[in-house]
Amino acid sequence: MHSHVFLIRRQPKKAKQSQYLCFAVIVANPLLEVTFPKTQIGYSPLLTQAVFLNKNVQQFTFFIVFQSDRLLIKGAKIVNDDQSFCADIYMEDGVIKQIGENLIVPGGVKTIDAHGRMLMPGGIDVHTRFQMPDRGMTAADDFYQGSKAALAGGTTMIIDHVLPEPGTSLMSAFEQWREWADSKSCCDYSLHIDITEWHKGIQEEMETLVKDHGVNSFLVYLAYKDIFQLTDAQVYEVFSVIRDLGAIAQVHAENGDIVAEEQRRMLEQGITGPEGHVLSRPEEVEAEAVNRSVTVANQTNCPLYVTKVMSKSASDVIAQARKKGTVVYGEPITASLGTDGSHYWSKNWAKAAAYVTSPPLSPDPTTPDYLNSLLSCGDLQVTGSAHCPFNTAQRAVGKDDFSLIPEGVNGTEERMSIIWDKCVVTGKMDENQFVAVTSTNAAKIFNLYPRKGRIAVGSDADLVLWDPDVTKIISAKSHQSTVEYNIFEGTEVRGGPLVVISQGKIVLEDGNLHVTEGSGRYVVRKPFPDYVYKRIKARSRLAELRGVPRGLYDGPVCEVSVTPKTMTPASSAKTSPAKQPGQPVRNLHQSGFSLSGAQIDDNVPRRNTQRIVAPPGGRANITSLG
Amino acid sequence: MSYQGKKNIPKITSDRLLIKGGRIVNDDQSFHADIYMEDGLIKQIGDNLIVPGGVKTIEANGKMVIPGGIDIHTHFQMPYRGTTTVDDFAQGSKAALAGGTTMIVDHVMSEPDTSLIEAHDQWRQWADEKACCDYSLHVDITHWNDSVKQEVDNLIKEKGVNSFQVYMAYKDYYQMSNSELYEVFTFLAERGGIAQVHAENGEIIAEEQARMLQMGITGPEGHVLSRPEELEAEAVFRAITIASQTNCPLYVTRVMSKSAADIISQARKKGNVVFGEPITASLGTDGTHYWSKNWAKAASFVTSPPLSPDPTTPDYLNTLLSSGDLSVTGSAHCTFSVAQKAIGKDDFTQIPEGVNGVEERMALIWDKAVTTGKMDENMFVGVTSTNAAKILNLYPRKGRIAVGSDADLVIWDTDAIRTITAKTHNSAAEYNIFEGMELRGAPLVVICQGKIVLEDGNLHATSGVGRFIPCSPFPDFAYKRIKARKQLAVLRAVPRGMYDGPVSEFSMSRGGTPSASARTSPTKQPVRNLHQSGFSLAGNPAPCGPPTPDDIPIRPAGRRIVVPPGGRSNITSLS
Repeated sequence: MHSHVFLIRRQPKKAKQSQYLCFAVIVANPLLEVTFPKTQIGYSPLLTQAVFLNKNVQQFTFFIVFQSDRLLIKGAKIVNDDQSFCADIYMEDGVIKQIGENLIVPGGVKTIDAHGRMLMPGGIDVHTRFQMPDRGMTAADDFYQGSKAALAGGTTMIIDHVLPEPGTSLMSAFEQWREWADSKSCCDYSLHIDITEWHKGIQEEMETLVKDHGVNSFLVYLAYKDIFQLTDAQVYEVFSVIRDLGAIAQVHAENGDIVAEEQRRMLEQGITGPEGHVLSRPEEVEAEAVNRSVTVANQTNCPLYVTKVMSKSASDVIAQARKKGTVVYGEPITASLGTDGSHYWSKNWAKAAAYVTSPPLSPDPTTPDYLNSLLSCGDLQVTGSAHCPFNTAQRAVGKDDFSLIPEGVNGTEERMSIIWDKCVVTGKMDENQFVAVTSTNAAKIFNLYPRKGRIAVGSDADLVLWDPDVTKIISAKSHQSTVEYNIFEGTEVRGGPLVVISQGKIVLEDGNLHVTEGSGRYVVRKPFPDYVYKRIKARSRLAELRGVPRGLYDGPVCEVSVTPKTMTPASSAKTSPAKQPGQPVRNLHQSGFSLSGAQIDDNVPRRNTQRIVAPPGGRANITSLG
Repeated sequence: MSYQGKKNIPKITSDRLLIKGGRIVNDDQSFHADIYMEDGLIKQIGDNLIVPGGVKTIEANGKMVIPGGIDIHTHFQMPYRGTTTVDDFAQGSKAALAGGTTMIVDHVMSEPDTSLIEAHDQWRQWADEKACCDYSLHVDITHWNDSVKQEVDNLIKEKGVNSFQVYMAYKDYYQMSNSELYEVFTFLAERGGIAQVHAENGEIIAEEQARMLQMGITGPEGHVLSRPEELEAEAVFRAITIASQTNCPLYVTRVMSKSAADIISQARKKGNVVFGEPITASLGTDGTHYWSKNWAKAASFVTSPPLSPDPTTPDYLNTLLSSGDLSVTGSAHCTFSVAQKAIGKDDFTQIPEGVNGVEERMALIWDKAVTTGKMDENMFVGVTSTNAAKILNLYPRKGRIAVGSDADLVIWDTDAIRTITAKTHNSAAEYNIFEGMELRGAPLVVICQGKIVLEDGNLHATSGVGRFIPCSPFPDFAYKRIKARKQLAVLRAVPRGMYDGPVSEFSMSRGGTPSASARTSPTKQPVRNLHQSGFSLAGNPAPCGPPTPDDIPIRPAGRRIVVPPGGRSNITSLS
């Protein structure tokens, strides 16, 4: 029923006390007259007055007069990723205006007394898949439902993945996602783009997206053979492009070839239930793909971001690579931090299917603790939820074949509390590190810092007043998501949001959620985030390769049969140089020196990070064998 | 046939040999004893042996007697784009004997789309004509389809080949995809073969090569720059993953870098059945020579994976060899003349790949690992001979000094000092990559098939005496563990009730993509009619859609279907 509501906000010409006039047009079935808007709008504390102008049966039109957008929080312990301190904080128009003591603020401002509780930057969920289409179905939580769940858990920004079907344009998929999110999202959002195929057109679209549309991260798949999977050579090319554009390469790391083989083997053996999902995707296969993508990223000097770190072995590979100096970030998700894969063997099919996600949850029950430890020591840096739940009827598409079960678990609402409970309560990390892994690091990596991820003057007023002592039992009965199962069902967590402020407005207070559909803004992200690219830039300066200036070899040369290693089609990468085995012997009497400065490779577009390092004057003037 | 004839002659003359006063060194222990051999076999070991009169006797004077070396990786007489490596089986095996190696295992390299068996027979013919020492063959699988599979089966069962190499590099030539590797490994695991792998990521190499040439780097340094050691390590990691997935023993040929060796030792610590083979070149020298101003010298070092430019690599690999993390040593001897290498004088990607090392292998390992105290003499025998024999299932015929074993022996002089140079080596190549290196330790006497082939510095090798030694499948050294794991690795489905709730509608196809091969059969299935019983007395395990059970490929042995008796369909309540 909510979907029939269209809210249009207008700023009146004379906005006294920065009042907002809201103009709502309801196009609804007249029979919904009673049940409709009162429930939706009436809950809002911002609503002081609702004037019904027209009680036309076909169309309701009414004004709502909102309260001031100004807010003061007194006596809070402000927690950033670097330090905690006590201060008051005043915000206006969705931006933090003052931080300090005895602030001078306008009269009549709504004030929250924090009583010394922790006030931290709102969480950033770097990985969601709200409303994701999958074979004609759509993930159960749309942008409204999903962002509402996020806000309820203390997350005030989400970054969703745009998943274009192979064969469609990135731009049109991007626009589609923008449209969905703009109309429904209750919190600010940004978008990652998934690269599901590779050709020249995609490269151009990536450039446009980076330059004109504020996208700075692209995900490639090493899994989903024949659907989204790219080859190593393609990944190499994508990473090279991403590096040149100053974006972040994200990777879904699983070896899709092996997974496909194993799936076939499982089905052959008669294993058709959800346990087949995890049996066909052993954690080794994840670790292998992580290792491979680290290699390609190193080779291309491209920053790498591994999404959904689900197993010990995969996180070990990341930790090792970081020790060797690779620019790589690992993203464990709520599910891998909070539960394990033993549930795939549940006798209840629907429950077992609710855990299906890729890479799968590890059946090793010590995995969550291990990942939480690595998150605390900094080997893993950011956390997402990969929130993409499907309801049981949707999952049942794969009731006779696990490989058809739509993949995705819940976790956007539970993320902050699970991490607090598993890491801070257990003494693995402190409150500052908590802010870093739930918010600040994400903002830094994706170039949103310090607008997001920090409490500072000028930053967005996305804040959470955190109660470290509240305990809550997670259950599908009380969660915000629309699905029937919650993978953390029955988990008791300590720590939760008391007040959540998004865009300077209170959205959660006293346990009541007051979200506004469509209020979320798209947040643009610039390329070349310092946090990531400072090191990359320094390295590309160092990584210049030099040829050895040596005389031309003028000894005997063997005859070669002209068609070497026959029959295979020429690879795209080998075209130019390898195709000329029968180059004519160079005429040494002819000078290779030219005053025009023209070089043989002038037709080849040079990448800006590489320099040609042949000695001045070219190589041809050295004729003696060294 | 030829050696059958020869067998009769020695009975009259001196195929009998006695070594007196030697210190016998096997991989497990050393002891003093005399050895008496006859007809190419060791007949007696002990003190005061009773032997026929007039037997030729060698006085070892307490020197070490070790099993002859086994060079597990050679490429003699390898065809390459119309030319052939300069060392043929005669030249190559002569060099091997000169260095104390009495058996070589050569790689049969078939061009893609040609028959493996034909290639194998061709190699047999070449080797039978020319080899001066016993030999076996690995067969390289350069493409994969059902007929290749059949040929592999045939080679294992009838031709005495138990090891097959696949390539992860050489894109568009020999390289195989991960799925193909998976299938090859699965097949080899069933038939008891050893999966060997040339581990380098060919896709990235192709990209890097293009980049180097674009930047104007055309010399041999481009070879190593386009093949950084990470790419080797990555491929090793991937091969191990696939091998562990398919429960197949893995053998990594040519371990050239620290990172690759590290991955192997980590995998072994995790329990993977994996063997690493460093080669003479990686144990003895490094990749700094690729930057030599002398093109011909730089080119002579070109091999894949390349020698690491890190000069501490040889020492590191010798250490891992000594600690047992790396198991066997080969030479990957595959030499080209300068004129042949010069095919790639304007483009490093065209330089034929391969280095020498069959002659230097034993002495080099002795010098780098034993004289430095990294390993003892028994371990030396292990890595130069015994382990290779075990992997190939030739133990204890080869790789051990015991009664009944082949009389392939080396009397080792631990103190001899030689300087390696192309001037004196037995290879036909103009360059020796170990040029000028001074090595301590050398063979004093080499006995092959019970005959003295090296004595007093004189080599008396006879071309064509080498016999093909068939290797049988399922070597215990690798397969005992594999078999035990296979029994443990049976997977079980969860017996649960049929889900009978609502099912969402979904579209069959994903976008416009062709349906995935792995997904074909189930996706086509119509929505199940719940009123129709899925129970069938035929024992048909799953409610099968259009692809009838006959379409399902024959189930490999060793796997069990684990649905509960009576099928799954009789459980109807959700638990």
